[in-house]
Amino acid sequence: MEPSQTHWVEIHPLIVRVTHWINAFAILIMVTSGWRIYNASPLFPFRFPNEITLGGWLAGALQWHFAAMWLLVLNGLVYVTYGIVSGHFRRKLFPLWPRAVLHDVLEALRGKLAHDDLSMYNAAQRAAYLAIIFCLVVLVFTGLAIWKPVQFQQLAGIMGGYEGARFLHFGAMALMVFIALVHIVMVILVPRSFPTMITGRARRTS
Amino acid sequence: MKKRSMTTSLADHSPRLIRSIERRLFLKQGLSLGTLALLSGCELTDDEGVQKVLTGMSRWNDRVQGWIFNPNRLAPEYPESAMTKPFPFNAFYGEDEVTLVDGNSYKLEVEGLVREKRPWTLPELYALPQTSQITRHICVEGWSAIGKWSGVRFSDFLARIGADTTARYVGFECADDYSTSIDMATALHPQTLLTFRFADQILPPKYGFPMKLRIPTKLGFKNPKHIMAMFVTNEYPGGYWEDQGYNWFSGS
Repeated sequence: MEPSQTHWVEIHPLIVRVTHWINAFAILIMVTSGWRIYNASPLFPFRFPNEITLGGWLAGALQWHFAAMWLLVLNGLVYVTYGIVSGHFRRKLFPLWPRAVLHDVLEALRGKLAHDDLSMYNAAQRAAYLAIIFCLVVLVFTGLAIWKPVQFQQLAGIMGGYEGARFLHFGAMALMVFIALVHIVMVILVPRSFPTMITGRARRTS
Repeated sequence: MKKRSMTTSLADHSPRLIRSIERRLFLKQGLSLGTLALLSGCELTDDEGVQKVLTGMSRWNDRVQGWIFNPNRLAPEYPESAMTKPFPFNAFYGEDEVTLVDGNSYKLEVEGLVREKRPWTLPELYALPQTSQITRHICVEGWSAIGKWSGVRFSDFLARIGADTTARYVGFECADDYSTSIDMATALHPQTLLTFRFADQILPPKYGFPMKLRIPTKLGFKNPKHIMAMFVTNEYPGGYWEDQGYNWFSGS
């Protein structure tokens, strides 16, 4: 190794990296199997192409969905607990001002948003990551209401009952998938951010 | 950089480089596994090892649902105005293939861990104390519909035939070659009814003449129609859909 002015700093703790990828895997299973379940009784006049769904048929999709839900929830609990207790959320995702979010989103749309320091999230990123966490929380609770509309009928009640929970579950899925796709596009546009979520390290010139 | 000779051994490389190569290989394998999962979701589900895990998780979910199930929690009941009209027909066959059962010669067979194994005729069943409910039928496909069913409280019927209520399962065999089974806790739930009427009319064939077990705490496919025989047992009986991979407990 020849001496240089650049050095590596850890910007993503191990627990964040591990839970990020487990979450990505669980979401992939939940979404693709969920689309197959949706196809059995569509809420809207369209179906998802079976080729991009998981499970092969309704029973298979349900098996995947109700197996991966444990992975999603347990992993999510580890991440959220860590995020709150360690101060990770407070440091990385806050403060969050609506004006700053609007400004950064517009900048991003113009292709001007700077993301030089990978250890700092801009306002658009903070909003996006918080929105994904929010969507997942809504997905888990609407999912519980759909799974157990009798046992958890108070929970289902605040969501407009069983049928209301189905629509909310779909809406939260759609919003989460949209944000996740934007997230993936952004990673493609800023490719050096990708390895940092694996190694945890970013190059910094001093 | 100096060109390396072909005889360079791995030991010449720094451990960091090896780690980095290993990491890349691992990532590459991980990515191709992900691509495989995306490309062949169907075959992936059919893979023996994967299917073993999924079935195991389904059995685990049976247990969890047994713990969640509260024997005193009642399913919401609705006013007559909320009833879904027309109520959807649903079975593993089409509406034109509905099984016709002759009510005059009909006898409900009662078997297994029960004291009185004599069969029951329809007039005998109709003479038992009846109760009604207007509840939501939720299909495993996702749709739901509200209907009115009337019949005998199943726990009363189990008491009448001297069923061993410490047994684990109650199984059902149907005239349309359908079968299913439920846990004893659900069988004893106050809203689990052995029904003979739908919307105040004798059950039409498409809704399960001569009887349907109505369980508002379970998904629709756990509510057998055209029941010909029932049995109390400690041996897992499975069922038509359950044997094909649908979750057995399927409580709501």
